[in-house]
Formats: sequence, C-alpha cells, structure tokens
Amino acid sequence: MDSMQSKRKPYVRPVEKGWWLKNNFYIHYMLREGTSVFVSIYAVILLVGLLRLSQGASAFQGWQDALSHPLSVLFHLVVLAACLFHAKTWFELAPKAMRIMHGEEPIPDKPIVLAQYIALAAVSLLVLVVALVA
Amino acid sequence: MRRSDEPIYWGLFGAGGVVTAMLLPIVVLLTGILVPIGILPADTLSYDKLHGLATSWWGAPILLALIALPIFHGMHRIYHGLHDLGIHTTRLHHYLCYGFAFLVSAAALTLLVQMA
Repeated sequence: MDSMQSKRKPYVRPVEKGWWLKNNFYIHYMLREGTSVFVSIYAVILLVGLLRLSQGASAFQGWQDALSHPLSVLFHLVVLAACLFHAKTWFELAPKAMRIMHGEEPIPDKPIVLAQYIALAAVSLLVLVVALVA
Repeated sequence: MRRSDEPIYWGLFGAGGVVTAMLLPIVVLLTGILVPIGILPADTLSYDKLHGLATSWWGAPILLALIALPIFHGMHRIYHGLHDLGIHTTRLHHYLCYGFAFLVSAAALTLLVQMA
C-alpha cells in the first residue's frame, strides 16, 4: 500500500498491456486471478437473493424469475466454470502452501490433491441431498 | 512502522478460497442452473425452505459464510490484480476493494439478523 509521504519521484516502469499473453504460465495465472471477478459478482447475486428473501415470497419469486432468464443461466455456467477452475488451482496449491511431514519425508502432493477432490464430491453430494430431501 | 493489516485480509482470502472451491460449485449449480432450467423441481429452492434456512441457527451462519468469505476472497484478488493490469495501487484502491467486501458482508449479516 502506498502509505509513505515522500518527496522522491521513483521511476515506475510502464506495464505493457498484453504482457500475460506471452506464455501459457502467465495466461493460466491471469485466468486463475480472473475467476475472482465472477466469484465476486456471484456473491452479490446471492446477497440480492437474501435481500429479496427478507422481503417476502413474491419478492423472492422475482429473484428466481430473473435467474431463469437464458442469459442468467449462461452467466451461471461461466461462474460454475470459474469456481471449478479456481478449485483445481486451489487444490493443487494446498500441498505447496503447507508441507505435511511423515517422518523424514514430506507427504507427496498427489494424495493431498486427491483427498480434496473427494471432499468436494462429498460436500456437493451432501448439499444436493439436503436440498432435495429437506 | 504501523503494524500490517494484511494477515486479516489474507486470512479472509484463504477462508474464501476454501468456500469458493468446496461449496460454491454445487450452490451455483443449484441456484443458477439446475433449478432455473427445470432439471430439478422449482420447490427445491422454495421460499419456505430458504426462509427456514436463513432463520435457523445453523443455516444463517452458512449463508453468511457463502456471501462474506467469497466476496473478501474475490476483492482481495481483484485488489492485487490491479497491479498486474498496470494500475499503480493507492490507499483509495485498498479502501474501495476491501470496503466493498465489508459492505456486502455487513449487508448480509444485517439481513440475517433482521430475519431471525
């Protein structure tokens, strides 16, 4: 954060607009960071849903009708893809962020990543069952 | 030097990352795709069921977590992503990004408390 008051005028090297299109690693990185835009918009959509829910049944019906619009469904497909891409990168990152030692050797990445996919499947199934049965 | 507030935002970013990876896919699928296009019946997400969820002691914190943590996760990434887009970030960018995440979270909390 730019918190210092200073008289000096540092040289800020200009950033080329398309720098991240140069190689696949940068593209992958920008796609991962880009998922945050869709995640943020979806959080706001959920907040609007909660607002409409608090205003009564007919207000909430209006929110659901809006979400039935084909463009909304299309947008939510993009949000779903963004969440899943985020999940993939997040799961791969976990064993790198936290090394769990087993004796002298760290536990290899693969079982940690796999365990998180299993957790995702279990959580998804649980939510689906609760939504259908409740 | 002032003590950094970054660990708080990083903590919220991390928690939001977990919620976004583990919970949001199925929630997006239910609210935005399966119920709207009619693969699942409309009463899967009926007003009565969701109102009951939002006013229950266990459902309200889940709904708060579903809104507050992903918005902090997203705005943290957007704030740091500004640098990647060649924008020299200032205190104003910081306030706007985290302030927006705070407002969304506070609004969700207020609505849930009012409904309870």
